[in-house]
Amino acid sequence: MWYYAARRILMSIPIALGVTVVCYALVLLAPGDPIQSLLPPDASPEEIAYLRKVYGFDKPIPVQYLLWLQRALSGDLGISLQTNRPVMLEVLNALSNTFVISVGAVLLAFSLAFILGTIAAYHIGKPADRIATGVAVVGVSVPNYWLGIVLVIVFAVKLGVLPATGMGSAGSSSFSIFDWNQAKYAVLPILTMSLVPLGIIMRTTRSAVAEVLNNDFVQMLRAKGLGPLAVLRHAIWNALPQVLTVMGLQLGYLVGGSILIETIFTWPGTGFLMSKAILTRDVPVLQGAILVLSLTFVSINLMVDLLQTAVDPRIKRA
Amino acid sequence: MTDVSAFRLPLFRRKREAREVRGYWASVANRLRYDYVTLFFLAIILTIVLLSIFAPLLAPFDPTKTSMAYRMKPMGFRNFILGTDELGRDMLSRLLWGGRTSLMMGLVPVAAATVIGGLLGVIAGFRGGWVNSAIMRTMDVFYAFPSVLLAVAISGTLGGGSKNGMIALTLVFIPSICRIAESATTQVRSLDFVEAARASGASTLSIIWHHILGNVLGPVFIFASSMISVSILLGSGLSFLGLGVEPPTPDWGLMLSTLRAGIYVQPLVCALPGVAIFITSLSFNLVSDGLRQAMDVKA
Repeated sequence: MWYYAARRILMSIPIALGVTVVCYALVLLAPGDPIQSLLPPDASPEEIAYLRKVYGFDKPIPVQYLLWLQRALSGDLGISLQTNRPVMLEVLNALSNTFVISVGAVLLAFSLAFILGTIAAYHIGKPADRIATGVAVVGVSVPNYWLGIVLVIVFAVKLGVLPATGMGSAGSSSFSIFDWNQAKYAVLPILTMSLVPLGIIMRTTRSAVAEVLNNDFVQMLRAKGLGPLAVLRHAIWNALPQVLTVMGLQLGYLVGGSILIETIFTWPGTGFLMSKAILTRDVPVLQGAILVLSLTFVSINLMVDLLQTAVDPRIKRA
Repeated sequence: MTDVSAFRLPLFRRKREAREVRGYWASVANRLRYDYVTLFFLAIILTIVLLSIFAPLLAPFDPTKTSMAYRMKPMGFRNFILGTDELGRDMLSRLLWGGRTSLMMGLVPVAAATVIGGLLGVIAGFRGGWVNSAIMRTMDVFYAFPSVLLAVAISGTLGGGSKNGMIALTLVFIPSICRIAESATTQVRSLDFVEAARASGASTLSIIWHHILGNVLGPVFIFASSMISVSILLGSGLSFLGLGVEPPTPDWGLMLSTLRAGIYVQPLVCALPGVAIFITSLSFNLVSDGLRQAMDVKA
């Protein structure tokens, strides 16, 4: 297992490097001279030439990439064009807010999906299964940015029980999920966000539990007189590692793909930061956010893989 | 994931008279014929496609004609069956026309990615060795991005517009399709009938054409069909963020975003584009599931 863990960690290094290449290349693809976007339009030619030298834009592109990588690795992702604050600081602040709603959404989705999926697997082909499967399909088919708007109409406009947008007066620095006055701002984003992972985790649970129930040892358990709940307990323990893996991967997708939900609820996370950066063409912030998010995604996947091997000894990897 | 329906099979294994042997596609069609859910949603998809194709004939008004006097009117106001939007444009006409762009955003990237990703995957799987490593390791890098992030990143840096949006979505779908094609090709490549074909002197191209493609297209096609709904959702999402279709072109995602200001005035009218996206993506999802079962392809 340790051999596998070391190998898996080593294998993710070239992927992480590839991710940085893509992030760097994105800016090269962007129309316009990157220097122009750093300067006010009335900058003199000398100033442009000076900045070009400072940022290393007069060197060949591979050298530029290495210089950029060196700075990025030391935590310098440049300065935001809008706020003049270090990009790293902005992105990391936002990332913690994104984690609040993503972790909440994945936990909510997991608890509901695991129960629904187990019920569906036990009653496969029966009405209970049909309903649960239907919920799963709806979950992955609903445009969640639209559902967010609908939830705002119902809970914020019509019923007035939950705030529509934002993060409350406390802001991100002292946000606590345990204080209702602040936590209520997270309720609608979490609900909206949990729908897609709900569908996907439910499908996985259903097929995993059904597969275990199909084993000979389950027949044996039934034969020796265990009731349905006791049989299910065995099935669940066997299916759990597979479901937890999918849950971990879903967390990665939520953290990386939070932009739509955060834009609707103006939740000050990385996604909201990116959509602001796109509107104002704040390239350093956009690039920094993409880099941090994709590296977070890679590390979440790595951790899920390692945990899975640790938890489930049946998995023997070559 | 294993096929759950497998353990219900013994029920159907009754004694049967010997009869005419059905071909693969005939048996697929036969299974589909009794799958009413899939047939129903297939009919819905066909309706949506036809409505979009004939939008110029069906739409009662010009979808871009604004009117200050008739802004945000409820459903059934005068001749506006589904009401009007924030600039007084007829919702029904805009929804019909919007179906065209939204379906394009769903279908074109998936089709393009299927061709490109499928080709890359077959080449990688068939050649093996360093070609395989080069292609698949590159795909791994793109796989390391969450799909929404990659789409937003590419179209965000390229700048908005439906063309850039489609390019972004195509790039998002290529890696996963390539992986499916690669693993299917690798599985088939070392089988005896491919060896036999090579021994009897068949050229590489003819082996790929006659022996590989038939075994690869099924899984790729099924996977691609499940991506259509993702593509519609992502494409509308990009337009919603202002990164896809540009106004005043009607598009469901863009309509959702511009109508957001009106949710306090006419919540029902403002919810319509979302309903359209939902029904379309739901139908594609369910039809794809039905096809997967009928074609008996393992996920």
